Amino acid sequence: MKPAAASPAGFSLRRRLVWQFAALSLLLVVALFFAVRFAAERASRASQDAVLGAAVISVGDGIRAVEEELELDLPYATFSMLGAMGNERIFYSLSTGDGLVTGYDDLPQPQVTPGDLSPVFYGADYRGSRLRLAALTRRVLLGQRIEEITVVLGQTRYGQAAIARDTARSAAWIGLGFLALTVPVALWAARAVIRPVDRLAEAVTRRGPQDLRPVLHPAPRELVPLMGALNGFIARLRGALQLAETFIFEAAHRIRTPLSLVRTEAEMALAETTDEALRQRLRRMVRAIGESSRSANQILDHAMVLYRSDQFMAEPVDVAALAGSVLRSVRAVAEMRDIEMRAEGLDQPCPVLGDARMIEVALRNILDNAVKFSPDEGNVLLRLSRDGGMARIEVTDQGRGLVAGDADLTGRFRRGSNVGDVVGSGLGLTIVTEVAAAHGGRFTLSPRPEKGTCATLFLPLSSASA
Amino acid sequence: MRDLVLAAVLGLGLSLPAAGYEIEVEQVFGPEDGREIRVISTTDLVSIDSVLRDFVEGHPGSRIRYAQAASVEVFRAIHDEGAAYDLVMSSAMDLQMKLANDGFAASVQPQIGALPAWARWRDQLYGVALEPVLTLASRRAFGDLPIPRTRRDLIAMLRENPDRFDGRIASYDPRSSGVGYFLISQDSQQSDGFWRLAEVMGRLNARLFCCSGEMIDELRAGRLAIAYNVVASYAARYTPDDPDLVRLALEDYTLAIIRSALVPANAGNPEGATDLLSYLLSPPAQQHFAESSGTALMPGAGQPPQPHLRPIRLDAGLLVYDDQLRRAGLLSEWNAAMVQP
Ligand SMILES: Nc1ncnc2c1ncn2[C@@H]1O[C@H](COP(=O)(O)OP(=O)(O)OP(=O)(O)O)[C@@H](O)[C@H]1O
Ligand SMILES: [Mg+2]
Repeated sequence: MKPAAASPAGFSLRRRLVWQFAALSLLLVVALFFAVRFAAERASRASQDAVLGAAVISVGDGIRAVEEELELDLPYATFSMLGAMGNERIFYSLSTGDGLVTGYDDLPQPQVTPGDLSPVFYGADYRGSRLRLAALTRRVLLGQRIEEITVVLGQTRYGQAAIARDTARSAAWIGLGFLALTVPVALWAARAVIRPVDRLAEAVTRRGPQDLRPVLHPAPRELVPLMGALNGFIARLRGALQLAETFIFEAAHRIRTPLSLVRTEAEMALAETTDEALRQRLRRMVRAIGESSRSANQILDHAMVLYRSDQFMAEPVDVAALAGSVLRSVRAVAEMRDIEMRAEGLDQPCPVLGDARMIEVALRNILDNAVKFSPDEGNVLLRLSRDGGMARIEVTDQGRGLVAGDADLTGRFRRGSNVGDVVGSGLGLTIVTEVAAAHGGRFTLSPRPEKGTCATLFLPLSSASA
Repeated sequence: MRDLVLAAVLGLGLSLPAAGYEIEVEQVFGPEDGREIRVISTTDLVSIDSVLRDFVEGHPGSRIRYAQAASVEVFRAIHDEGAAYDLVMSSAMDLQMKLANDGFAASVQPQIGALPAWARWRDQLYGVALEPVLTLASRRAFGDLPIPRTRRDLIAMLRENPDRFDGRIASYDPRSSGVGYFLISQDSQQSDGFWRLAEVMGRLNARLFCCSGEMIDELRAGRLAIAYNVVASYAARYTPDDPDLVRLALEDYTLAIIRSALVPANAGNPEGATDLLSYLLSPPAQQHFAESSGTALMPGAGQPPQPHLRPIRLDAGLLVYDDQLRRAGLLSEWNAAMVQP
């Protein structure tokens, strides 16, 4: 028998691990993109601010007072350099307290008054572009008075933005490369994590059905609770099975022994009395006791078959020899009614893979039926043959046959309407079909066209002889 | 000269826009019902005429309204007046640069071919032609004197022959000509020798002109011996086969300015303007420009630049020339050099 499949899996631990790993990496890539972009922007802004600062200082240096007039030599090279990276737009203004001296009159002025040597930097929107501006104050002696001139130089930062964008983009590509790498790594890692679970499952599955020792397979710490639960469960199962086994044999013993005692007493009473009425009664008693003892035996056999099916242990069994010995034990009963029992095909061994005791019980029930439902001086034939991969055991009698309306005589306690005064409990064929099912074989009962019944049991041959 | 052009415009029956800028001449190319591309440009109509015709021939759905104006007027039209044009073309690099920097140019993506990076600014300002700035000389006026090859030669010769050259030297007037101002600011930056030349010119009572056409006319009439700083394409147009005129590319350095074009931010037909710009940058137009200026801007379109040629790059450095203080300082220095006590 195969272990029942586990309930359908809700989710795959491995897939979940891989997804989580990949999602985390993706998150990291996005974070990397923004972090690099931020850092690149800051770094390039700092360096470009240095250039802008130097430029505004050099513009300030070009201011001169000549004969009470302001002169300005705007440095071509400075402007050229400022604009070089990314073709920036450039705006400037020179103003005094009185107003604009030269340049763009509406250029945003700094919030704080800038110093003489270190420019102040600020940002502003101007003429449709975001500008970075640097401002500086220069003092010039114009005639008698000191004039404070504010120099403002602003530039767009297209180049800086482009650099930051490019840097971040390459970072993103590198990140995506890593991401591509993480998928196989994640698969591998997930497999490594799952492997002990797989190993444990494999170790448990590999065990024989009788093997109810605790699982001692080495397992990671996280699986120790599971192992503990599993071992506890195995221990309870073993206890329950042992209890059932001892209970069945105990019960068999406890019922059979007093029954046979009562039967002996009744038979002795029958022999000692001459009162015909009493004898009649005692005879019925002996018969009832026989019936119950028979029922008890059948019930115990049935329990035994059920138990052995659960614990099914197949080993090579020679059906030919087995059938021969069962035939001999039934023959004694048959001879009392002058029933002739013959066998065919028992001269050479016929090995099947199975449980000898179960097969023996099955054969005994089939033969018992054949004898029971045969008339005195009837014939019973047992024929053993091979059919496909199966051993075919066919028992035919010339008895009363089956009644057409009796369907499914293999049911528990089910007896046919043809039984008459033949004793029985109705468990015989139930036992036979259960034995056939446990072995992977099958059982059929059919009326013979001429007279009587044919019962056929198929059992798979052991692969060595198949 | 200007009166003459105005007369020509009025004679053509075109009405001038009532605006604060002056247009010298205006002409329409292409079919009546074509989508109009309005161009304002410093380039002489005569020299670009054939290129525009080729364009409208290849683009039957378009027509071009071409207005020619002085560089300062072009700048004023766009910067101050907000006039509605689709393409602005000018040789005054500093003014074009200022337009683009101040946000008057739209970003466009014409087909630029192999246009070098130094001949464009962002995706807004595109160089169209490279124009060397030459010195023109009349062979007759020089007589047996050797033709100078450098500014140093030129200065020495002028100093040694004051009688021959007195009142017969000409250049742009930087106060009235945008290109003239731009050229002396470039000259003054290139070498200190320029101020010596200016001094000598001042001492010899140099004549100053607003426009190159007039200057060349005077030269051919024999009233001038030397015209300093003439844009090559003008020289080529006015002196196609005059054996008397010598076109000098001085070997110490010869400036080359970039004629550039932009599509204004308020253009009504930027697609048409971009098409036209692509055409101006295409091999046939480039070959035409290279032929008239003698030097190719686009590699492979004609004569490659000579080693002594100093092309002026289109970059933010150009912004300094428009500064009013700088301008005042430079002009006063120029005055001091030209007007001798
Ligand atoms: N060889 C047979 N000939 C005729 N009828 C049969 C034969 N074998 C079985 N049957 C019918 O099938 C019924 C069920 O058989 P089964 O062996 O299960 O019961 P049983 O023989 O009556 O009782 P038990 O075998 O438990 O003492 C029988 O009661 C009988 O009606
Ligand atoms: Mg039976």
